Order: sequence, then C-alpha cells, then structure tokens
Amino acid sequence: MNIALYRVFLASVLRRRLATALSLIAIGLGVALGLAVQLIHGAALAEFDRGMRLLAGEADLQVLGPRGGFDDGLYVTVARRPEVAEASPILEIEARLPGREETLRILGIDLFRVARVSPVLLPVAAAGGGSRSMGSDSFDPSDQDQRSLTPLILLESDTLFLSAAARAALGVESGNLLTVQSGLRETRLRIAGTVPGAGVGQRLAVMDIAAAQQTFDRIGRLSRIDLRLAPGIDRSLAQRELRALLPAGVELLAPEAATAQAAGLSRAYRVNMTMLAAIALLTGGFLVFSTQLLAVVRRRQEFAFLRALGLDRPMLVRGLLAEGVAIGLLGGALGVAFAHALTAFALELIGGDLGAGFFRGLAPALPFRPDLASAYWLLGGLAGLAGAWWPAREAARLVPARALRAGDEAELLRSPSRLPAALGCLALAALACLLPPVGGVPVFGYAAVALILAGAVLSLPSATRLAMRALAAGRVVVLRLAHARLASSPGQAVVAGAGVVASVALAASMAIMVSSFRVSVDDWLAQVLPADLYVRASSSAASGFLEPDAVDKVAALAGIASVEPIRYDTLRLSAGHFPMTLIARPLDGAFSLPLIAGSQAGALGDGGAAPPAWISEAMADLLSLGVGASLTLPLSGEAHDFRVAGIWRDYARQHGAVMIELSTYRAITGDERSNDLAIHLAGGADLDALMHEIRDALGARHIELSTPGEIRAISLAIFDRTFLVTYLMAAVAVLIGLFGISTTFAALATSRCKEFGMLRHLGLLRSQIGRLLALEGALTAAVGVAVGMAAGGAIALVLIEVINRQSFHWSMDLTVPAPMLAIFAVALVALAALAARLSGHQAMRRSAVVAVREDW
Amino acid sequence: MRRAVAFLLIAVAACGSSVAGQAGENFAQPAFRGQDKQWVPTVSPPPTTDVLPTGSGGYPSVVEGRPLVFPQDSGAHPDYRTEWWYVTGWLTDAEGAERGFQVTFFRVRTLIGEDNPSRFAPRQLIVAHAAIADPATGRLLHAERAERALDPLAGAAVGRTHAWIGDWVLEWRDGRYTTRIADDGFGFELDFTPEGPPMLNGRAGFSQKAPDPINASYYYSRPQLAVTGRLRIGARHHEVTGRAWLDHEWSSEILPDGARGWDWVGINLHDGGALMAFQMRDEAGAAMWSAGTYRAGRGEPQILDPEAVRFTPLRRWRSPRTGAEYPVQWQLDIDGRRLTLEPLFDDQELDSRRSTGAVYWEGAVRLLEGGREIGRGYLEMTGYTERLRM
Repeated sequence: MNIALYRVFLASVLRRRLATALSLIAIGLGVALGLAVQLIHGAALAEFDRGMRLLAGEADLQVLGPRGGFDDGLYVTVARRPEVAEASPILEIEARLPGREETLRILGIDLFRVARVSPVLLPVAAAGGGSRSMGSDSFDPSDQDQRSLTPLILLESDTLFLSAAARAALGVESGNLLTVQSGLRETRLRIAGTVPGAGVGQRLAVMDIAAAQQTFDRIGRLSRIDLRLAPGIDRSLAQRELRALLPAGVELLAPEAATAQAAGLSRAYRVNMTMLAAIALLTGGFLVFSTQLLAVVRRRQEFAFLRALGLDRPMLVRGLLAEGVAIGLLGGALGVAFAHALTAFALELIGGDLGAGFFRGLAPALPFRPDLASAYWLLGGLAGLAGAWWPAREAARLVPARALRAGDEAELLRSPSRLPAALGCLALAALACLLPPVGGVPVFGYAAVALILAGAVLSLPSATRLAMRALAAGRVVVLRLAHARLASSPGQAVVAGAGVVASVALAASMAIMVSSFRVSVDDWLAQVLPADLYVRASSSAASGFLEPDAVDKVAALAGIASVEPIRYDTLRLSAGHFPMTLIARPLDGAFSLPLIAGSQAGALGDGGAAPPAWISEAMADLLSLGVGASLTLPLSGEAHDFRVAGIWRDYARQHGAVMIELSTYRAITGDERSNDLAIHLAGGADLDALMHEIRDALGARHIELSTPGEIRAISLAIFDRTFLVTYLMAAVAVLIGLFGISTTFAALATSRCKEFGMLRHLGLLRSQIGRLLALEGALTAAVGVAVGMAAGGAIALVLIEVINRQSFHWSMDLTVPAPMLAIFAVALVALAALAARLSGHQAMRRSAVVAVREDW
Repeated sequence: MRRAVAFLLIAVAACGSSVAGQAGENFAQPAFRGQDKQWVPTVSPPPTTDVLPTGSGGYPSVVEGRPLVFPQDSGAHPDYRTEWWYVTGWLTDAEGAERGFQVTFFRVRTLIGEDNPSRFAPRQLIVAHAAIADPATGRLLHAERAERALDPLAGAAVGRTHAWIGDWVLEWRDGRYTTRIADDGFGFELDFTPEGPPMLNGRAGFSQKAPDPINASYYYSRPQLAVTGRLRIGARHHEVTGRAWLDHEWSSEILPDGARGWDWVGINLHDGGALMAFQMRDEAGAAMWSAGTYRAGRGEPQILDPEAVRFTPLRRWRSPRTGAEYPVQWQLDIDGRRLTLEPLFDDQELDSRRSTGAVYWEGAVRLLEGGREIGRGYLEMTGYTERLRM
C-alpha cells in the first residue's frame, strides 16, 4: 500500500478522534484488567509456590496433619523406618501477637534435622545475640555473654529467628523482644537472629521445636514431618508402606500435591476475575466494531472514489483491518502499561489476593512477565481485528457506482434477521448450563455467558422490528419518522445498540448477582450470629484460645445469661482436597444452623446411632454427600462415624466445613479449649459495662470482643471490597456503551445531513429534527436496554446457579434490585436521547439549502 | 583425655567457663558443610569471664575420691556437663595396608529445657564424629552427626556404654565394644575386645587438667583393644584387624583459664603396655600443666606427675589449607625416658571450618625409642591456628 493510501486511512482515523479514543480506552481497559489480574495472582501464586517449596526443601514426602496437629510419637515411628533417610519434624504456629493486628507464622524446627531436609530454614544467630534483660523491650546485644554467642542460642527456649520480610513487617530487629500469645498467656521471646534462606518474600520465624511446643502449649504435637527417602526407594511404594502407619486424618503427600491443594483453592476465584476482564475486552471489541462499521457507512463515497481510482477490494479490506489492528495494538500497549501500574498499586495496597484472603503472609514483588504482557498486547490487537472484520467485509461488498450516489447508506444498515442464529446461541447456552465443571472451573458456565451475550446481540434486529411493530406509530410526525427509520434499517439499532446490550447485560447481571449475594450473606450473618456478644482469643487459625477456667470466668459475670463455647480445627478428609474446617459448638441451644436441607433436631444424638454432623454446601458438593449419608471424621487420630443430619449454607469457607455438637467433640477428643465464645446477655444487662468486665477478666490485650453488628459491618465491608473491582468494571462498561450511542448518532447524523435538509424543506422545524434524533436515540437505546436487561437477567441466573455454585459451592437466594435496575434503564435511555440529540447538533445547524444542494 | 571436638562442645555448652579454643570469631555462626549439609554446633569465640566456682551453673563438680564403679560408670553420666567415648587406633587390611581411625560419641548437657515436658527438649545433645587416616588419600576422611537425645533416635544410655545417633552406634555388648559408622565416603563396623580391666587415669580416675583442681574430669582408658571388623572407603571394602584405645571421660569444668591449646597422646605399647600423656599450653605456648599414665606390659599403671611428662616439638608441618603450623614430630620425655613421636603421614589436619568450625590435628602416630618402634597410637594437637581478632 502506498503512502497516499496510508494518509487516507490515517486522516480518517484522526477525524474520528473521539470514537477512536473510546475504542482505544475500551480495549486498553480490557487488556489492563485481564493482565493485572493475571500478574497479581501470578505473583502471589509464584511466591506462595516458592514458599511451599522452600518449606518443603528437599523433602520427597510430607506427613501432614490437621491444624491441631498430630501426636509426635508418629515422628519417632516414621524416622526409624528403613524407607526414610531423613525425617524433619515441624510444628507450625500462627502466633497471635498481642497488641498487633497481624499474626506471625512460627515454625518450630529441630535444627539438627531440618538442616538435612530444608536447610533454608536454618536460623543464624545475630552477631552478639545478646542476653535477656527483662523489663524492657529489648535486650542488650552488646552483652558478650558467651552463652548467647554459642550455637546453643539456637536451641534456647526463648529465642526466635525472623526472616527479613517478617522483620520488616513487624518493624523489629535482632535484639528486640517480641511478645507472643498462647491461649491467654503472653511469652516474651528474644529475636536472636535471622533466617537468611527464607528470601525476601516469606514472612516467617523459626524457633526450636521443643521451645515452640512449650511456648504454645502444644506439647506432644507436630504439624508436619518432612521426609527424605533412602536412596533407591520408590516414592509411590514408600507412600503406600508409610500410609499404613498414619493415624486417621494424617496424610502423606508429595510436596507438590500440598501446593496444588492450596492453589486449587484460589483457582476458581482467579478464573472468575479473568473472565470479568475478558468481558471488558469483549466490550472493547464491540466498540471497535461499531466505530469501524460507522466509519464504513460514512466513508462509503470516499471508498467508492478510491475504488474507482483503482484501489482494489483486498487492499481496501486490508486497510480497514489494519486500522482495527492498529487501534487494538495501541489500546493493548496502553493496557499493558496500565496493568503494571495497577498491579504495583494492588500489591502495595491490598496484597496478592485482591482482597480475597487467599495468600496471607506473603509479600510478592512486582513481576514482569514478557510472555503474558505480549500475549495480552496481541489479544488487544485481536479484539481490534475482530471488531474491524465485519465492517471491512461490508465495505468490500460496496459497488462503487452505486455507492457514489447519495442516500445509499441505508443499504448498509438494512440488517437481515439473524433470529435463528440468536435462538441457536440461547439454546446452546441452556445446554451448557447443565454440564459439570472442569477441574473445579465452571468452563461451560462461562461459555453460556458468552453465548447469551452473542444471542442477545444477534437478536437485536428482530427485537427492533418487533418493538417497532408493537409500537403504534401514532399521528405525531416526528414519532412516525423515527418509527419508519428504525423499522426500515434495524442495522442502525445493531450498530448503536450492540455496545449497549453488552454493557447493560454485564451491568445488570452483576447487579442482580451481587445483590442476591449480598442479601443472602446479610441474612446468613444474621442467622449465624444470634448472640449478643462474641469473644475470641484470636482468629481460629492463630495461637490464642480459651481454657475452661477462662470460659467459667466469663460465664460467672453478672448479666450474662449463657455462654456457648466454639472450637475450630481442620480435618484432612481426602488427599485431593484442601483441609476442611471442623466447628464444634453447642447445637441444641440458641444457635440455629442456616440449613438448606435436613434438620437440626436431635443435636445430641440418640446415643445408639452415629452422632449427627451438619455439613456445609461446599463439603456436600466436594464429597458428594447428602442428608442421611454416613460420614467418617478423623478426630484425635481416630476415625469416628457420623451421620449427615443436615446441609447448611456457608459463605465463609469455600473449602468446606462440618459442624458437630461440642459435647460430642469433647467426649471424643478430650479437648476442652475454645476459640470463640458466643455470649447471650440477661435482660437489662448493660453491654458496654459487660464488655469492660470481660476485658478485665481475660486481659484486654489478649482477646477480641465484637458485637454481631460489628462483625456484620466488617463482613459486609469485606464483601463490598471484594466486589469493588466488579462494580468498577460494570461502571466502565456502561460508560463505554453510552459513548457508543453518542458516537454512532454523531456519525449517522453527519451522513444524514441531506435527509435533514429535505425535512426542513418539507416544513419541519430545526427543533423537531432535534427531537427526531433524540427519539431515535431513545428508541434505539430502549431496545438495546431491554434486550440487555433480558440477557443480564439470564446471565445473572447462570452466575448464581452455575458459576458461583460450581466455583465456590454456595447457593444464594435470587434478589432482583428492581428499582435500581429501573432507574438505571430509564437513565440510560434518557442519556442516550440526550447523547443522540447533542451529537446531531452539528448536522442540524447547516442551512437547509446547503444541505440539500450537496445532494447532486 | 580431652579432644578437639569435645573442646568445641564444652564451648557449646559453656555457661560461663573460660574457653580458650582455637576457633576464631569468624566461625561463630553455623554453616553448612559442602556435601551433606550436616550441621553441628559451632564454637564460640574465646570469652574472657572468670571461671565459675565449683558446682555452680547447675552441674555437679568433679571431686577427688569418688570411686569409679564398673560397669555402672561405663555408661553415661547425664548430670555432668560433658562426656565422651573416644576410640582411636590402627587398622591393617588383608593386603597389609595400614590406616588410622577414630570414632567419638559426645554427650553434652545444655541446661536448656530441663523443665520442658516436650520429648524434643534439648536437655542432652549427642554428637558423633568419625575419621579415617589413610596414607593413600594423604589426608583425613571424616564425617559427623549431631542430634538432641531423643529415645530411640539418639542418646547415651546410663549403666553401660551405649551411645547412638540413628544407625551410628558405639556400645558395650557381650564382653566387647562394637561400633558402626556409615557415611557417603566411608564407613566401618568394628569390634573391640579388651585384654584387661579399665586403666584409671589420674588419682583413681580423678584427672586434674590444670594447677587448680577445679579443672578436672573422671577419666579411664581401655588400652590394647583387639580390633576386628570391616572398613569401607568409597565403594571398596576391607577386612581389617588392629589395636585400638578407648577413652571415657566426663566432667563439668575442664578447661583452665588462659589455656591456648593442648597436646595429647594415647599409645598402645608393643609390650602390651599403655602410655597416655598430655600437656596444656598457655598463650605463650609453654606447658601450664601436664600429666600421664604409664603401664609397662600388663603391670600396674603408674601415674605420671607434671614433672614426669615433657613435650618438645621436633619437626613442624604447615597446613596448605589453614596456614596452621603443627609440630608433627615430638620428643616425649616420660619419667626419664626419651621417646619420639612420628606421624603416619603429615596431613592429618581436621579442617571442619564449614561445619563445627574447628581446626585441629588428630592422627595416627608411631612411638619410637632409640629409633625402634615401641608402640602405635594417636596424637591430638589443638590451638595451632592463627587467632583472628576482629
């Protein structure tokens, strides 16, 4: 193609600055969001994976128990097996730090053993490790007490070694004291050195395993044993042999399997975010489509001239496609740059999990992935190319002689009915909804969403005709004109409305899904938080807990009607799944489960049969269990039979949870500790005064007190934060759709100058032409919004019933935010009318005579 | 007698005793050994505080007059700070090749976690060390292991000699000692059969280490152990026989203030007798204390006073690795007799700066009198490295 032609195309793009800029922005946003999601999760996953590999070291196999750990006698047994060359016992503690928000992951290690399996965990004493000087926040590191300088400091019962990331996060240095909490007890540990092998991204601390067992009241317990097999021993064979030794609920896994369990947990969430980005990219593609198509319409005479001057068809097509690709690539480049800024910002601000809480305790660095960046950049180009494809084909079909004549633009806009295709898409979508997920990812659910979107866009011409037929033309001239125009060229509605349909469908489906979710979560919170006050020593994963005497102390306070202790642990039920949560609490009292199946009656069991257990929806899904099924739970290293008495809704734990009666749990395990207390007040008791008394009784630094209102507010705030990205993307999509209408009408109005001139000659006032345009815009938008709403409703159903169900295993009650959607629809139609009216302004200003004279 | 690694462990366990080791401050941090990343505690830099009074620091004192009772005292004494069972000797294989070997099990009471009910409580540490001196290699092959005592994985039994870490073991069973050591580079399984009762060193087993009797240990030796067993170097196996020497020593305060290092020798004499002698050197290299035990044939052991034992360096060898200069050939004056010590080969330096941080010389030697070999045994020399001041 020669330079002159380049100029022709370039000039055309430059003339459509606004439309081009919008296409650029849409594609850029899609690329940016998609790439940022990938980068952030990639960074977090890579660091997570690195951490897992780091901790596993050179281990061939890992013995893994529940959070509560397993009896450390197993270590002695396993370490002596002939298959095992090295066994390294580890006790992992999520230590609560009184007075601090964050917890600290402490690994209790046997340094003689860890050296031979995961040497990176070896602590190194700081030069001049220092000695104790109680009563201050630090100890004197310059004290040349030789004991502190010997390696024995690595074994001492009160020394702690922090990784660089942990030191930075806690703002402490070697020589400081750090207070940790176990139960309600504080212990001051000396920070005596570092864990240089941990690298920069891992927040962790190391201490002697005996010291960890003692400090955190976990005598006799281990969380993990890392094994290196003897030379020549086959791993799967050893796995079979060693498994026979393990008590119930303790697993023997290859380190990569443990990593996969954890990564699988966040996969559905990651795919969800990526799909949202894909929809943004799709919207961008639609926008390129409408701008290009309009450009083709407006430039048809120009093209006809060029064709007459010798430009052949393929060259024209190539030029138009090149325009689309150029816009796509430019938008893609902007998007890639923006994605990195966004990623840096997100990692700095909310960490690697976009607020979803999957990857705590990691500080991933900003990644640059040339492969991903170029893939997304090319994806931008592809969106531009796809958007330009159909318009280019249309332009190529132009017959130069006819196109040179005026008034031919309607040809292009006479869109044929695509109803069969539309119906086909919708039928396929319905079928896709019936298919199960692939690897925990609702692939077919997403396919259904795409098919519904496609079906909606394809049904636009028919919908427009249908709407026009239904809409009696009446006797008002302007209305009749608008009616005639849209009925005869439904293609105009397709061009202007496709973006609207996509963005409205996206926005409406999100609004319906989020509102259903939020209302369900709110109801759920109200049901699972019936007490007046909640006391916890720490989050269930961390090292705080309440001994029975602490519970008694609270129960004895005046003004308290009843206290329900709650105990949490995790259960390893099957090798493939992330550990599930065990909740033990009194179930025959005030607490009523948010059941969706079964009943809560007979919580204490009838003595003879297996005691009842209530499983969450996720657990029911993951293990394919129904009410009445029998269930084996590994408690205290032994398998115990339970019966599924009900299935309850749980929005907190997508990995699954099971609830059993506290007295049953205690009878089996002998574990009298509690994590949380649900407190019911006696009538007339003063909540504030009681909170004060509880703090006095248990130590204000050691517990967290919350009212259900606070927990609800925090939970909903977290909920809203999680969906903030969703809201933002929906808003951007709507904005893009609106701009689409505006640019479409601006372009159409310019090309309809002659028509308007003729109408002026026939006696129409300028203001009437303005009204005509506004009406056309409103009608187009109304059809688009109606179709979009219908599609949005359908997509919302897919999201709720298929995608959420399959990704996160939770159901929700459909709640349509009707008033909000109605306001949104009306506002959108009004804005479209305004946009069409304003964009036609230029065309109407010309004098009728000039306008008509152009039509030779 | 005290040995280099034991010296380290005393440093490891030191809670106030004065240590004048050869390790510099640059070795004060744990490190990996290149091949197997096995870790053993490192040494401390020389502290300067005063010697603790007898019996302080939670350890029982070594006092004169406590009779040694066997087999009870052949087992561990977990109340005392440090204890070791130390076997050295010469091996001859079927082809007549001669090699030295050494295997040691140390026990250290840390005073850490004594109130901790955890089975991992590091109250007692066990360290094992083994080496082969093969003239064909020209230097020492050595390996070590360290663990906290945790029955049945590692420990030192009370009542009879039995110390072990995993499958490394030294024990008294059926009238003889048995040891088994296996590492990537070498390994051995040896039986040691004694020819007579234990030889008590010092005054009935009370062995004074310095002018102040605070620095003392309980110490007996089993000389003239007949060795049979198998030795592996790399992938090659050898049936071996030989003569060995076992030392068993326990103490709480052993090292005198101001000591720079020591030289120790334990020799099985060809007439069936035994000679043990040591000297403690001060900063200037002069002997601040020396002592020994000499037994002619199967006769009664004779206790050698400080005046009866004198070490005089003859030939020195400089280590190309560490730059340390060791007197590998000595003149030994024992109760009026002039003897000479000659090494099996010069480079028997143990450079474990990457693991224990210790650098010392410990190797097989011949004892000559008037040019004639009268015995074979082991020589240990510590405190010859440059001391780094930072």
